[in-house]
Amino acid sequence: MALETTARAGIEPQVLQPIPVQVEGNNAEIEPTGEVAADLGVEAGAHGDGPVTAEVGYDAIDAHGGAEAAGMPQLDFSTFPNQIFWLLVTLFAIYFVVSRIAMPRIGAVLAERQGTVTNDLASAEELKLRAQEAEAAYDKALADARAEANRIADETRASIQADLDAELARADEQIGAKTAESEAAIAEIRAGAMDSVRDVATDTAKAIVAAFGATADDAAIAAAVDQRVKG
Amino acid sequence: MAVETEAEEGGLVFHPLDQFIVKPLFGDGEIHWYTITNVTFWMALTILCVAGLFALGTRGRAIVPSRMQSVAELAYGFVYKMVEDVSGREGLKYFPYIFTLFLFIVFANFLGLIPTSFATTSHIAVTAVLALSVFLTVTILGFVLNGTKFLGLFWVSSAPLALRPVLAIIELISYFVRPVSHSIRLGGNIMAGHAVIKVFAGFAAIATVAPLSVIAIAAIYGLEVLVAFIQAYVFTILTCVYLKDALHPSH
Amino acid sequence: MEGDIANMGQFIGAGLAGIGSGAAAIGVGHVAGNFLAGALRNPSAAASQTATLFIGIAFAEALGIFSFLVALLLMFAV
Repeated sequence: MALETTARAGIEPQVLQPIPVQVEGNNAEIEPTGEVAADLGVEAGAHGDGPVTAEVGYDAIDAHGGAEAAGMPQLDFSTFPNQIFWLLVTLFAIYFVVSRIAMPRIGAVLAERQGTVTNDLASAEELKLRAQEAEAAYDKALADARAEANRIADETRASIQADLDAELARADEQIGAKTAESEAAIAEIRAGAMDSVRDVATDTAKAIVAAFGATADDAAIAAAVDQRVKG
Repeated sequence: MAVETEAEEGGLVFHPLDQFIVKPLFGDGEIHWYTITNVTFWMALTILCVAGLFALGTRGRAIVPSRMQSVAELAYGFVYKMVEDVSGREGLKYFPYIFTLFLFIVFANFLGLIPTSFATTSHIAVTAVLALSVFLTVTILGFVLNGTKFLGLFWVSSAPLALRPVLAIIELISYFVRPVSHSIRLGGNIMAGHAVIKVFAGFAAIATVAPLSVIAIAAIYGLEVLVAFIQAYVFTILTCVYLKDALHPSH
Repeated sequence: MEGDIANMGQFIGAGLAGIGSGAAAIGVGHVAGNFLAGALRNPSAAASQTATLFIGIAFAEALGIFSFLVALLLMFAV
């Protein structure tokens, strides 16, 4: 491929632009355009001993390769300064974005989020504790209320019992009074009845004695009746 | 350019490497170092993507992140954890540099996968600069931090004494091959994938093979999406490994 | 004819270098397969070793890429 290298060396890149159009054609049909065509002609002539068509293929293709300045664009050293320059510009720009914008912002956000999460966890813990406290307080209140209710019930029961006792006592008292009254009345009635019995007995005894035709001392009759009634 | 030989089916032309040509965007003059080329354009898009993700995505600084912010945080956390795991806590000082490398490579790789785009990371010039910067940084850092103890990296003290000089030569060679493999691995993978897709696309000119060709392109494209990420990951993690060597040179 | 033979040599060399890609594929498969075998024996340790897996795959892959590069250089750059 040394031949194309020499051919390429003589050709300015700008001049080579029209060449690919001619690649498809035969050697005879290539339009001579300035020095390029002259060079191609020279190359073709130099290879004159081989079959013509084969030579044409090579030369046309080689000219096309020359248009790309080198076989691999990666190895075209003329573009290296350009790429390296723009790469450095790009890297500095990205470094600027990363160090001035991305890192502070994301670092701050991550730290803040970490803080928020920690705080939230702490407050959640605190709320849990508070909830436990509240539950304990509720239990205590419930127990207190129950105790209070018991107390109130006991008190009420006691007071009702006292009232009941008092009522019962009063009722008993009244009943006692009534009973005593009744007994007194009965005793009085009985006493009245005794007196009546003695009077009746004395009168009867007197009448009986009179009927027998005897006279009897009133006092003796009374004493005899008393003795009989008592007996 | 023998690949372009025409097949007898009629006009099958492969230009698998044409997609990598660096062209000026305006006009077609000579390419100077300052010329605005397609390289410039696609690298500018890379910057825009990174800036878009990190400047717009994290604009809210929300505790509960938006979608873009979670992507940004995910990338940040991913690389942060990688640096911490591989090169230790001392390596976190160099996290911004590594993160920069990762972001550039991952976005350039994915932008390169857009059809008709230009893959900047397929160029050996780009990957060589990346790899050489890592290599030089790590070497200088190793000597600055550890002094001559950094040379202990090549002197395997756990090996038998007789073997050590041999091992030292091997270690030395492997050390200097690092930037080469580091750069060619990335550039070669991206270039190979794109070239293969292009070759399959060339077969689509034959009507009978075209459906197969399209299916093959889809399959290779899927593989390339994976490769685009894995290569960025591998480049970054190897940077971390090299950094670890500089920070803790003892074996 | 001289150019023909030189070109033929390039093609043959590129094709031979292409075999290297297949060899790298074997290497990558070996790494991944062994990782899977180990991961299935001890799934709890698998997660911590994925980084090592990728490094291993990358090293195996890089050598295949080298051979691919040699093929490309033979085809286009020599």
